[in-house]
Amino acid sequence: MADSSITRVDVLAKALGKAKYTDDLKFDNMLYLKVVRCPHPHARVIGINKEKALAIEGVVAVLTATDIPGLPCQPKERPILVPEIARYAGDGVALVVAESPKAALEGAEAVRVEYELLEAVFDPEEALKTGAPLVHGDNNVAAQSKVCKGDVEAGFKEADLILEREYNTHRVEHAPIEPEVAIAVPTFEGITVYCPTNSPFQVRQIVAETMAMPQSQIRLFQPTIGGSFGSKCYDAGVLASRAALAAKLTGRPCKIVYTREESIVESTKRHPYKMKYKVGVKKNGKLTAMEVKIIGDSGAYKSKTPFVISRSSIEATGPYVVPNVHTEAICVYTNNVTSCAMRGFGSPQVAYASELLMDELAEKLGIDPLKFRRINGLKDNSLSATGQVMQNVTLDECLDKLEQEIKWSSRKAELKQQDKTGSIVKGLGLACMYRGESFGSAGQGSDYAGATLQVQRDGSITLYSAMSEVGQGGHTMLVRVVSEVLGIKPSRIFVSPVDTCYVPDSGPTVATRGTYVIGNAIRLAAEEVKAKFAEVAAEELGVRPEELVFKDERIYCPGDPSKSISFSRIAAQCYLKSKSPYGYGWWSPPVGSWDREKGQGEAYSSYVYGACAAEVELDLDLGKVEVMKFVAVHDVGKALDKEEVKGQIAGGVSMGIGYALMEDLVVRQGVVKTVNFDEYLLPTSLDIHEIIPVIVEQPSSYGPLGAKGLGEPVMSAVAPAILNAIADALGTRVYDLPANLEAVLDKARAAKGRCCND
Amino acid sequence: MDKVKVNMFVNGKPVSLEVKPYARLLDVLREDLGLTGTKEGCGVGECGACTVIVDGETVNTCLTLAASMDGKHITTIEGLMENEKLHPIQEAFIKHNALQCGFCTPGLIMSAKALLDSNPNPSTEQIKVAISGNLCRCTGYEQVVDAIKEVAEKSK
Repeated sequence: MADSSITRVDVLAKALGKAKYTDDLKFDNMLYLKVVRCPHPHARVIGINKEKALAIEGVVAVLTATDIPGLPCQPKERPILVPEIARYAGDGVALVVAESPKAALEGAEAVRVEYELLEAVFDPEEALKTGAPLVHGDNNVAAQSKVCKGDVEAGFKEADLILEREYNTHRVEHAPIEPEVAIAVPTFEGITVYCPTNSPFQVRQIVAETMAMPQSQIRLFQPTIGGSFGSKCYDAGVLASRAALAAKLTGRPCKIVYTREESIVESTKRHPYKMKYKVGVKKNGKLTAMEVKIIGDSGAYKSKTPFVISRSSIEATGPYVVPNVHTEAICVYTNNVTSCAMRGFGSPQVAYASELLMDELAEKLGIDPLKFRRINGLKDNSLSATGQVMQNVTLDECLDKLEQEIKWSSRKAELKQQDKTGSIVKGLGLACMYRGESFGSAGQGSDYAGATLQVQRDGSITLYSAMSEVGQGGHTMLVRVVSEVLGIKPSRIFVSPVDTCYVPDSGPTVATRGTYVIGNAIRLAAEEVKAKFAEVAAEELGVRPEELVFKDERIYCPGDPSKSISFSRIAAQCYLKSKSPYGYGWWSPPVGSWDREKGQGEAYSSYVYGACAAEVELDLDLGKVEVMKFVAVHDVGKALDKEEVKGQIAGGVSMGIGYALMEDLVVRQGVVKTVNFDEYLLPTSLDIHEIIPVIVEQPSSYGPLGAKGLGEPVMSAVAPAILNAIADALGTRVYDLPANLEAVLDKARAAKGRCCND
Repeated sequence: MDKVKVNMFVNGKPVSLEVKPYARLLDVLREDLGLTGTKEGCGVGECGACTVIVDGETVNTCLTLAASMDGKHITTIEGLMENEKLHPIQEAFIKHNALQCGFCTPGLIMSAKALLDSNPNPSTEQIKVAISGNLCRCTGYEQVVDAIKEVAEKSK
């Protein structure tokens, strides 16, 4: 590493309170927006009476779908404002534009909307039945995906033990601390939108479609982003379009900022899944067959559901060799709030189910759960569930490190001896994970990234990409790659803000593709600069370009130290000699074969692996679970910054603890009940105890400098490791998430033979 | 509605303002004084992104009426730097990677400052309690606690 001690490029302004987030921006003559939302889960809009709202002082306009010049939405997507049918309790019906936030709020309360209530459906299984209310078109299927390998019936016949289990995972909120916000400013040329989003070009496309304007006339600028975790894509597109619509029609800058309540009611969530697993295993621990049925709740609109469900079906068996597999996954429209991508993108749900299953199988066979994972775990040249020959598999290495760090066998033995007569019991559990990087061959859409470098005359460098710095350190990662390739200090490199007017399209910052895909694009850009600079330097030094090395801010000939020139000088020479100082990179991952019918082929070109263990203390009287120690081992390929890696792991573990134990977005009859952080509980500092990150570095064949993605993978194994530890402590299992006080207390009472009046 | 006159000190400077009786301190800081380092994350006093220090105590400015600030001394994130130098807590947050998206950071730093001002040598548990009103979705708090610990140890 050229300089591993540099701090992140974005943090100084943030620590000083000087970073400008969207809501911090002010424009002269700005108007404020408030959305009028349908309170019913399924309704037809019969009439909208704007009169009373327009009579309020400060209200400038009340906009509805008929004011939209372009498309309110693509088919089956969430409309900017509903043209006729509201499909969930939160769909936007009208938009009040006012001189102040207060007038906008009063205006929104004064808009009278007449609805015809329609029959609604909330349960995905009900929604699939004939005669169920239809959310879109002539059936409620949002997406399906299959993986079929071998012959499961034959596999079950070979088995000594067959286990059937059902697991339910719940709906959770992304909850970045910055709520959704957008500002649109009309300009002579078009519209400039300021919006925190992880998908700048996609949001720009949605705005352009809404406004029936060419994409190039919409300029999307990303101010500092206050977290995303997958949420600021479609949600941001809807918000940005509402602001753009109001700005265009009023000719004034318009700001829309959600309260936390609006954010929770309207924004997308993680898909809740019901998963039925049937698995066959031999006495020696070898898996013979697995049949998986997944039914997910897509909510009212499509969003990224097809991509989430295809990933779930591919990864449903976990990182194990299963000779015969039949997985059918389906996501269904309901009149619930919409589900979309969230950190892990379809992985955490199936990791949860498959890891609880592995643990129970090990228990039933009397095999140590860690050893059981080794027996079945993927290794180099193993065939995955999709029939892919796996390479660069590091599951065993992750398990080795986990075993050492937590002293698995001895700690297990110690806990076995614990006194279980008191109210506190302890348990130890583990879980493994794997995850394909980026969109993959299974058709999550086209996958590409462009990135540009311009070396300035003084040798400083401007870096252009659409990498969204959502807090994960993405911009710093790009800087490190460039610094490494060109042998220069990171401080030479300035990362341009993301502005779709100037930066190349790098695709969205989702699906574990930031480091992998955008990182490679910037690597190519840096290599282009390197080649151009080598030409110029070779001429200056009288050597051949291939003799030159770029290191320590210099370009030199290792064989002859006198042949050396500074990077800055070559930068100046480029301009003097009219040579291009630009580098441009365009990269897309290798795409393997994919049989969509059977779900067979090279699903992803690269995979990451991890193994985690949780030690819990469980209060039998309260049902409260404390995760006292969490060891998270992850293969990151190459750690571009170890402290940053630790931060990603600790953050992911913390979010995973929330997923496992406390977070629960409660929706009753389509209405969200937990609308702020007093009811929707996020982990606080008091809920997090010891987190030990352990890094495995097995260089990736494709990642930039061997690096692999990390932000999403760290979520996957957390909840199952905790639930397995709870099972270890209780001697009985919680199968459904979350394992909150009630769920755990229920099991604890049953386990202890206590009654409710105890 | 009649406005209320408030004389207060913000980051050491006297400020005289006329505010609406229902104006939140958060909005007055952000809108009237342009101090946008203080953030709004929930509006109900749960997330702590709007934390500032008033007369040595942390308060959630989303729950505080500006009109109640007469005669009070308010410190916001913008008031931490002295002579263009980073405050040791800011320095430690950067060093320990105690921030990612940064939205909760000003609030966390203010909670840390109030703690260290009143208790220069806190235990890990006391640090955790002091920041338990600040929700951070990115870091998992560990590096935040480490940063605050380091500042405390250095001041010994």
